[in-house]
Amino acid sequence: MTTLSTPARAVTERYEMVVGLEVHVQLRTRTKAFCCCDTAFGAPPNTNTCPICLALPGTLPLLNAEAVRLAVRAALALGCTVHETSIFARKNYFYPDLPKGYQISQYDRPLATGGRIAIGKNADGTPITIGITRLHMEEDAGKSIHDRYGGATAIDLNRAGVPLIEIVSEPDMRSAREAVAYLKVLKQILEYIDVSDVNMEEGSLRVDANISARLRGETRLGTKTEVKNMNSFSGVERALEAEFVRQCTLLERGEKIHQQTMLWDGARGEVRPARSKEESHDYRYFPEPDLPPLRLDRAWIEQIRAELPELPQARQARFAESYALPAGDIEVLTANAKLADYFESVARQHGDAKSAANWVMGEVLAALNATGQSVEHFAVRPADLAKLLDLVRDGVVSHSAAKQIFAHMAETGDPPQQIAEREGLIQVRDADELARWVDEVLAENPTEAARFKNGEKKLLGVLVGLVMKKSKGRADPRRVNQLLSERGG
Amino acid sequence: MAVTREDVVHIAALARLALPEERVPELVAQLNGILAHMDVLRKVDTTGVTGTAGIGDASTPLRPDTGPQIPLARPREAFAPQMRDGFFLVPRLATHETADEEETA
Repeated sequence: MTTLSTPARAVTERYEMVVGLEVHVQLRTRTKAFCCCDTAFGAPPNTNTCPICLALPGTLPLLNAEAVRLAVRAALALGCTVHETSIFARKNYFYPDLPKGYQISQYDRPLATGGRIAIGKNADGTPITIGITRLHMEEDAGKSIHDRYGGATAIDLNRAGVPLIEIVSEPDMRSAREAVAYLKVLKQILEYIDVSDVNMEEGSLRVDANISARLRGETRLGTKTEVKNMNSFSGVERALEAEFVRQCTLLERGEKIHQQTMLWDGARGEVRPARSKEESHDYRYFPEPDLPPLRLDRAWIEQIRAELPELPQARQARFAESYALPAGDIEVLTANAKLADYFESVARQHGDAKSAANWVMGEVLAALNATGQSVEHFAVRPADLAKLLDLVRDGVVSHSAAKQIFAHMAETGDPPQQIAEREGLIQVRDADELARWVDEVLAENPTEAARFKNGEKKLLGVLVGLVMKKSKGRADPRRVNQLLSERGG
Repeated sequence: MAVTREDVVHIAALARLALPEERVPELVAQLNGILAHMDVLRKVDTTGVTGTAGIGDASTPLRPDTGPQIPLARPREAFAPQMRDGFFLVPRLATHETADEEETA
């Protein structure tokens, strides 16, 4: 979060931030919205283009059924009402990366309206909810690169025509932190329902913010500006803070806020006005004559609703009830649906949810972070991790040996029992062998042994550690503890 | 409803068209001529006729989410004024003479 200087804080404390977000999300389809070109990110420039998305004369758009299904799925997950009839419209503007001279979007009859999502709780426990004004379908524009070739702008139209949904929120957010919380919840829901990659770096989730400031207690909205070019969550938070300070400073001086587009410059940490762009009423929207209205059957919409998976908040509530885990654990485990599935599978097969949670949050996440793997491709399958935890619970392997076994499992995908036997990690409970290791450790460390025998009980842990080391993690630490205590007199 | 001189200049700016001052009166007249036709249409009694965005009650047709990509009859180079490294090149926009910062959406 941007740290405000003292004078800036004195000014901003008198004002309240009001934020609404417009989020563009690229739908996970194989082909574009209105033609059969591939949507994969990173293809050589302009290779994923055809007569339709290049807007060659005489071509007509044909809507992708999967884009409609994903958009409806997203709308339902966000609590919106999906309309049986929605209408595509042309949004007219001239820009080199928009071959047709208009973007096919939806305007006065969008696909869905009136949703709501919860983003957290107030201090008094009441939920903070953010209204979703509308969700509509549209196509993406191409990409303009202005700094690659001297005197020219380079255009890549691979992205032109890729299906998007635009999710417009109500101006319900009151701080940059709430805006980021909203985005995180939104992203999590979209990930759970698998409609998009929601990757801000690759541009499959893009955020524009409408922000205004007003004196605390005021109920009318102030003049808003639109902030663009924020390509990370921290960018959103910093950009909103910076624009809020700018607006408050102007208002404090008695100056007016001009309704304009501001661009966030992350490197400089500042917002500055964008160069001229059309006002919204200049887009001259009109119904797209090449596409009849989109009519959806109510029963089909309800079928899509029935196919929705358990959403993050429902899952969190269920985890709290079924597994009695602390809130912090639940937050980590439900961060994404695949990780939550993994945990549940381990917990169900092993039986002890807390132990499953500790292993998934510890060893599993560490291994995934280290390799950059996703959990669904992780070599350690839930059934094998559950078996490993069974081995620990039953005293077949020690906890430290289990960590070694886990490392082998992550590398080879072999079952834990097999690794434990192969690596000689089965816990030794044989009294003679344990006694031999204990005696050897005492003999090799005479000073510590003497002090321990003279009553320095705190050395017990050190000596147990040495026996464990000598046994290569195979000794049963409880028995070692017992044997050492006996020798300590 | 009449088109004014200001409307014409504004529409030309939106369309990124260079508009010589001497052509403005002619375009004002032409556009107002078109709107006069609309005034004729406006006289038709449309009481009880609901607005429409398409013909008939059928939904827009849908296609499955599969390829193949529709091939181009001629390579891109054949109709693009200028290409380099696979990119279409257009004159640097006046709004971007110095920097790269604006992402269009």
